[in-house]
Amino acid sequence: MTDVGTLASDTLFGLPLADIWFGLVFFILGMFLFLDGFDFGVGILFATRDDKHEREQLLAAITPFWDGNEVWLVVFGGALFAAFPAVYANLFSRHYLLMFAILGALILRGLAPEMYEQREDEPWQKWWGRAFIVGSFTAPFFLGIFIANWLLGTTALITLPGIVVGLMLVALTVVDGVAFLRLKTRNELRDDVRTDGSRALVLYLILVVLTLGVVYITAPELRSALLSPLVVCLVVVNLVLTGIYAVATSSNRYYEAFVANAGLVFTLVSIVASLMYPHIDRVEGLTVEEAIVSTLPLNIMSIGAALLLPLIFLYFGVLYSVFSGPIKADESY
Amino acid sequence: MLDPVLASRIQFALTVIVHIIFPVVSMGLAPFLIYFTWKDIRSDNAVYEQLRRFWTRIFAVSFATGTVTGLVLEFEFGTNFAAFSTTAGELFGGPLALEGMMAFMLEATFLGIFVFGRERVSDRLYFLSSVAVGLGTWLSAVWILIANSWMQTPRGFEVVMEDGQPIVHLVDPIAAYLNPRFPWMFVHMQNAAVESVALIMAGIAAYYVFRHHIWKYPIDNIEFWEKTLKIALVALVITAPLQAIHGDLYARHIVETQPQKFAAMEAIWETDSYVPEYIVAFPTSIQDLLDLRAKEIFGFGIPGGASWLASGGDPQATIQGLNEFEGPQPPVAIVFWSFRIMVALGFWFILLAFWGVYRWWRGELYEDDLLHKALMLSAPLGLVAVELGWIVTEVGRQPWVIQGVMKTSDSVSPGLTGAEATATLVGFAIVYLCLLTLYTYVIVRIIRAGPPDGDELTTTESSSPPQSEVSIDD
Repeated sequence: MTDVGTLASDTLFGLPLADIWFGLVFFILGMFLFLDGFDFGVGILFATRDDKHEREQLLAAITPFWDGNEVWLVVFGGALFAAFPAVYANLFSRHYLLMFAILGALILRGLAPEMYEQREDEPWQKWWGRAFIVGSFTAPFFLGIFIANWLLGTTALITLPGIVVGLMLVALTVVDGVAFLRLKTRNELRDDVRTDGSRALVLYLILVVLTLGVVYITAPELRSALLSPLVVCLVVVNLVLTGIYAVATSSNRYYEAFVANAGLVFTLVSIVASLMYPHIDRVEGLTVEEAIVSTLPLNIMSIGAALLLPLIFLYFGVLYSVFSGPIKADESY
Repeated sequence: MLDPVLASRIQFALTVIVHIIFPVVSMGLAPFLIYFTWKDIRSDNAVYEQLRRFWTRIFAVSFATGTVTGLVLEFEFGTNFAAFSTTAGELFGGPLALEGMMAFMLEATFLGIFVFGRERVSDRLYFLSSVAVGLGTWLSAVWILIANSWMQTPRGFEVVMEDGQPIVHLVDPIAAYLNPRFPWMFVHMQNAAVESVALIMAGIAAYYVFRHHIWKYPIDNIEFWEKTLKIALVALVITAPLQAIHGDLYARHIVETQPQKFAAMEAIWETDSYVPEYIVAFPTSIQDLLDLRAKEIFGFGIPGGASWLASGGDPQATIQGLNEFEGPQPPVAIVFWSFRIMVALGFWFILLAFWGVYRWWRGELYEDDLLHKALMLSAPLGLVAVELGWIVTEVGRQPWVIQGVMKTSDSVSPGLTGAEATATLVGFAIVYLCLLTLYTYVIVRIIRAGPPDGDELTTTESSSPPQSEVSIDD
């Protein structure tokens, strides 16, 4: 296999493949938080709707999509495992109970809507509705704790920055869910959720500021990174996007609001990645360069990803265009 | 508190045993759904729309449950088996990532269209969605079985010590990914999935056919169930004999590549020639219960049978006994019995398939109440056989997690405490029990509700008068 060995390379267009994969892992995490984010948001908004018909509309808005959206989490795990196996192993075993909390939340969130639809009677739907809300709230909350712990390199189970970031992610998923629902619904529901979205946005802003403060105080090793031009720039962009979101929402420009919301998620993930780089596992002191797999499997994975990611976007394009536009008043699956 | 290694192993076994049910149902249903969709689009017979819609509901519930349990499985490599993930990540992580990107994405996105989009897309795109979903489920198995078969017959790698930990480096990707076990596992697994689903279909259909034809209960959708029974029997009569044929070849492959596992499957401790194939074997004392010794126990065997099977035709062939292998042995009793019951079930399915087809050929398919009862009782047995097959595969290779390279006891996360591992094990046992209960409850509800009535169907075909039953499928 010497021919394969000599063809293999550590760089692509002059960029280290290790860095490309570091970016890719966070991009995939961003895709998950953005796409499944609106599923979580819709699940949390379930709590604000008592009307049976409205609740069914909320479910109908996400049912064709959420399976596909959740696969981004599977791909995130797979990509991290394939590109940075030691990090995957360290990170997941270090946050042992947290990972199981995330899994528990996702099981509840995945199961509840499926169960909700199975029976028409009130107690059944009441309880599975609650399970849906709890699962949708706890999943982003625990994921936020996980991301904060990863960034800060802590071995503790629950930390103050973790809780703040967790709540911030919950607020963001509600913003996300509202942006999505405003595309997918009509009439009162579309107007009603706007208020929820505004509240969530204000909460998100407060929590962003709080997070920056808490990280600045509790993590001195991140202070210089926090004040680096790139991170400052990203934070500013993030805040500008909240403004764009607010304006677009109040002037009923649904697509603009939705795109701004996507930007919010991706700038947030970029901030995390920029703060972390060049490390990928602070506890073990591993840099991206040190943690990457060897060249041959990395090249195989890179070719695989280069071929498959465009295909995946094609699938999602087909799916979202088939179910584009608002759900009809009587439509439920 | 349990030892973290033991708790992790139990937890992983539990996760796999529960998870495997859902992909088997998905993989097994996939070719049926593609066929039903094709016929639904191409023929005017409303029964195909009923078939597609009914079995799609079961597919969708299985897929959703499979997604969450599969996520648990993926995470457990990191949480509980971090040492394994660090050591083997270079070879093991790639297939997992490619499964997600290549297979799972395809399946999950097109499932949205397949389940909810019949009224929104063209016939062509709809049919393509069914193919994409089916292809996704099968490609998933390709990557997962590449990862698993590599652990059974590892190739194309070298082990380097880094910071005191062995790290497996990929050297030859073709040798590693297309390792000798992979084709056997894939064929045996996919055929098993279709066979298991055919058994489930036949069992459910037999219940309705039995109630209608034997007990004379009026059942509205009886044509649907009669059709289901026939389609299931066709699938069964093809898959059941195949399963035995490649199962036999697979066993011979195990003799060559994992002789210790084969010795455990046959409970042979001493190397010998002219080894009998024990149909049943019982320990003569309670102490031997977990330590079967084929030669010293009460058993009924075919002389030279095991040698004949292992060598492919020579009853005098020598088989290596377990005593030739150093260190701990796999739990022989579990492997021995799982293998025996799986094989016995396999032969029972062949018998069942030919019995059913024979009755059908004689025009007595709806009259044979004994056949209906046998089919009903056998409905879950395909899944049982799959579970037992995996137990033979996974327990039989112990103490190795990667055959000859890494022991299972060395693969558990180093920092894991007994308290953590026990807590999650207990939590999981409860969650998984609830999950299984709910899944069964939902599936039973779907079955009891039956297919949508002909006049409930929204398409125009259903309003046309029923076709005369001369289609070649009948």
